[in-house]
Amino acid sequence: MKEKFKKALQLFVTFFKIGAFTFGGGYAMIPLISKEVVENKKWVTDDDILEIVAIAESTPGPIAINSATFVGYKVCGFWGSFFATLGTVLPSFTIILAISFVLEEFQHLKAVQYAFEGIRAGVLALLIKALWTMYKKCPKGLVSYIIMSGAFISTAFLDVPVLAVIIGCAIFGYLTSVMAERKVK
Amino acid sequence: MIFLKLFLTFFKIGLFTIGGGYAMLPLIQDEVVNNGWMPEEQIVNFIAVSESTPGPFAINISTYIGSTMGGEFGLIGSLLGAFCATMGVVLPSFTIILIVARIYEQFKTNKVIAGCMTGLKPAVIGLIGSAVLTIIVTVFVPSRVLSFEIFKTAQTYVSLGIFALCTVLVFKKVHPIIIICLSAVLGIVAGYFL
Repeated sequence: MKEKFKKALQLFVTFFKIGAFTFGGGYAMIPLISKEVVENKKWVTDDDILEIVAIAESTPGPIAINSATFVGYKVCGFWGSFFATLGTVLPSFTIILAISFVLEEFQHLKAVQYAFEGIRAGVLALLIKALWTMYKKCPKGLVSYIIMSGAFISTAFLDVPVLAVIIGCAIFGYLTSVMAERKVK
Repeated sequence: MIFLKLFLTFFKIGLFTIGGGYAMLPLIQDEVVNNGWMPEEQIVNFIAVSESTPGPFAINISTYIGSTMGGEFGLIGSLLGAFCATMGVVLPSFTIILIVARIYEQFKTNKVIAGCMTGLKPAVIGLIGSAVLTIIVTVFVPSRVLSFEIFKTAQTYVSLGIFALCTVLVFKKVHPIIIICLSAVLGIVAGYFL
């Protein structure tokens, strides 16, 4: 019992550190997680990390939370998950809470408004880069392109709710994979 | 009841965000901007804040929207709002991973999940593309009305210039924080001198 509690506490501290020092979130966290929990703590192996990334990519939710929960569970079950996730969330939560008060206070200033007008154009460049990186990583093919453009057109021009598009594309992807399998047989 | 609504909305967003990070943007636009909780500009501004602070984007933006929405009920409201939104976004991942960790072997070889993923991966790209299009309009057409008037406003040209410069820098792998600082400075200079 005491041993387990100690491990959970260590998980909390480790993931707090990871949460407090990764900029860019998600994927940027993976190398840090692997350094801390594989090299330093030897809680899990390199193969586990690959497994974690694969799972995090195919389940809903932020990659950071998925990874923390999974590593925590591997190390010491439910409470491991709980403390690892809490550790990841806490730094962000505290920092952003403080920043939201500052923003509220200063966003009426003319200089701040001008700054954000410039920043929005800069952010757009960052977003386009992120989209480009995701596109390069995505498996290509006719079905992929149909789904991609279908999802784009239906949300951008036809005002279909995003949730409906997500559910529709999941079903469509499943059906095409079933059909592709039948053809092979 | 705003706090319950925050929790439920972010629970839904967390449940349907696949691939993490910016995959959340289209859902946020649908649930937060279209419900009139916050204007698009404020979300885009916050992306910059999130890029310059540690932590995952998903947690940062939920905490921010929760805290801002709860803010009308004072300090405690802010804290409670941030708590409800963040809790909502974390809970679906947390629960699903706990289940998956137990049945990993079955999960890995499950044909239904693999099939759905072949549809979801490209869908997320299309959805983020659409979210980016909305942001393009927000940045270059401040009045939201597409007409030749936009070519008469100085702000459109300033934004285009900053965007072009930043795109070059981004693809040259300049750090996001430097890009944000630079565009802030250019924005201030343009604002005061034009």
